[in-house]
Amino acid sequence: MIEAQNLVKRFRGKKRGMVSAVNGVSFSCRPGEIYGLLGANGAGKTTTLRMLATILEPTEGTAVVAGYDVIKEPQKVRSRVGFLSTATALYGRLSAQEMVEYFGRLHGLDETSLHRRIDAIFERLEMNEFRDRRCDKLSTGMKQKVSIARTLVHDPSVMIFDEPTVGLDVMAARTIARFIAECRDQGKTVIFSTHVMSEVEKLCDHIGIIHGGRLMAEGTLADLRQRFQMQDLEDIFVKVVEP
Amino acid sequence: MSLRNIGIVYRKELVDSLRDRRTVISMVAVPLLLMPLLTIGVGAVLVRQVGQAMEEVPRVMILGGQDSPNIRAELEKLKAVRIVPEKPDYAEEISNKQIRAAVEIPGGFDSKLAAGDAMTVKIYMYEGEMKSGFGADRLQKFFRDLRDRTVKESLQARQLPESLIRPFDIRQQNVAPAEKVGGAVLGGIVPYFVILLCLTGAMYPAMDLTAGEKERGTIETILCSPVSRTHLVLGKFLMVLTASIATAVLSLASMSASFGLGKKLLLGVAHGAADSAMQITISAKGIASIFFVVLPLAVFFSAALLAISLFAKSFKEAQSYLSPLMIIVVLPAVAALLPGVELNTALALVPVLNTSLVSKEIMTGTYHWNFIALIFVSSSVYAAIALAIAVKLFQREDVLFRT
Repeated sequence: MIEAQNLVKRFRGKKRGMVSAVNGVSFSCRPGEIYGLLGANGAGKTTTLRMLATILEPTEGTAVVAGYDVIKEPQKVRSRVGFLSTATALYGRLSAQEMVEYFGRLHGLDETSLHRRIDAIFERLEMNEFRDRRCDKLSTGMKQKVSIARTLVHDPSVMIFDEPTVGLDVMAARTIARFIAECRDQGKTVIFSTHVMSEVEKLCDHIGIIHGGRLMAEGTLADLRQRFQMQDLEDIFVKVVEP
Repeated sequence: MSLRNIGIVYRKELVDSLRDRRTVISMVAVPLLLMPLLTIGVGAVLVRQVGQAMEEVPRVMILGGQDSPNIRAELEKLKAVRIVPEKPDYAEEISNKQIRAAVEIPGGFDSKLAAGDAMTVKIYMYEGEMKSGFGADRLQKFFRDLRDRTVKESLQARQLPESLIRPFDIRQQNVAPAEKVGGAVLGGIVPYFVILLCLTGAMYPAMDLTAGEKERGTIETILCSPVSRTHLVLGKFLMVLTASIATAVLSLASMSASFGLGKKLLLGVAHGAADSAMQITISAKGIASIFFVVLPLAVFFSAALLAISLFAKSFKEAQSYLSPLMIIVVLPAVAALLPGVELNTALALVPVLNTSLVSKEIMTGTYHWNFIALIFVSSSVYAAIALAIAVKLFQREDVLFRT
């Protein structure tokens, strides 16, 4: 479960002074559901998700993720969250297995359950062929799989994806989309940000349109279509964000 | 404080760093190769050059002395030098290294010598130029021998004993143990290299583990793991410290080994010219003590480098921050080499300089325990401050996500 309550994040910019990247965002996402955060570049998607993953601390407001407050118990939140974005790169000099092992250990798994878990994940994602290969020698698709394995190693109940398909080819992007859907099917709480309309249409149960750091519209795809009397999500998006 | 998490981060950083060519070069290759190269390589080249210079028969010029055929004839018979025809621009020829030295024979030398009149023989040379020095030395030796011979003959003619002008001999004799002699010769140099290598050994891992992570995008990956930022920075710090200490230990070991080996090799090359080097030894106790006093400095360097490079957005930016730091560290380390800079309470509080000075004393076998304690404590305080700053910076979003 994710419950964002009036999240605000302000940064001190060199030229512009204090800048509000996120300005009072509230929403909730239940287990077995995918919440899509739709927004243009600079809308505040990444900052919102980083606050949910406790990488950034909110300036105001808070969020409860997997039953824990992001400000009061950030470590407990992180141990129940799997966070994946294009910015979460791999350690190039570690092998695929070492990379996943490292994160498994940091999540407090003992060696026996860690290796059992890694074997299962590597089997499921068909990673055994390159498990001992260094991450910097892997193809983009293989790297994506290692990142997925890294987010799954501790079996998190909440998954946060920040534009996970940016820069990926069709096949790699499909792997990610399939993985996101699988997470929902397993009863995990899933939130993901994107600016690709088709991904939202295909995957999301709930959609939040974010612009200028504010959540401008929210609901299921059917809700939004009905409210704006439009079928195409892109048209709805433009209608919402254009003044 | 979870030692388990710090240990996990440390082990991962160790494996990661040992696979990084730049870290391995600065941590292992530089100390292992630099020391033998400096002591044996440079030493051998130096000895060979000196040997070659000594073997050369210097070209020298005789100025004047046309009225003194005897002295000219004796000089021309000299095998140690080669006489070239006199020219008015002898000074220029010496400066241009066309000839090595020139000797000016005073007018009426032969007759004045026979009469016992006072006179001055002038030798012209290029100060600081080794081969010119050798040429001048040979001329000087010739004239000194001639003077001694003349005095001796004069005394014999008057039936006076030789001891009349040389009633006693003066000889300097070293009584200090070899360790102290070695310390006096190498006192400043050894700690200087150890301190410098401590810094360079920590430099690459410090940049790689902070700015390098930012550049490669792994900082966000690690920040979304449940490890606390304090544990993360402490794990990283231990890795940087390991690199720094490993560099210091390897450089000390390689220095001791190459010094021992270098003495033998130099003796072989120089055919005895490096006899004095045989007197120099570095004691194991001295090396161990230096390691002990350098330890808090290594902690200080590791934490400070970590904090500074964390500020940088990229490896390149971190390099531009840390390069000037090299000069800041080199200056006090070099200051300790200057003659007359002695350890006192005020200097014992100056980071780097204090360690350099106390190491210099330790090398000569002098142990001022009060200063050693003061330096150890003050260096530890600086190290703790630097580490606290590094931990604090790791909590700051504007530093971690600086764009």
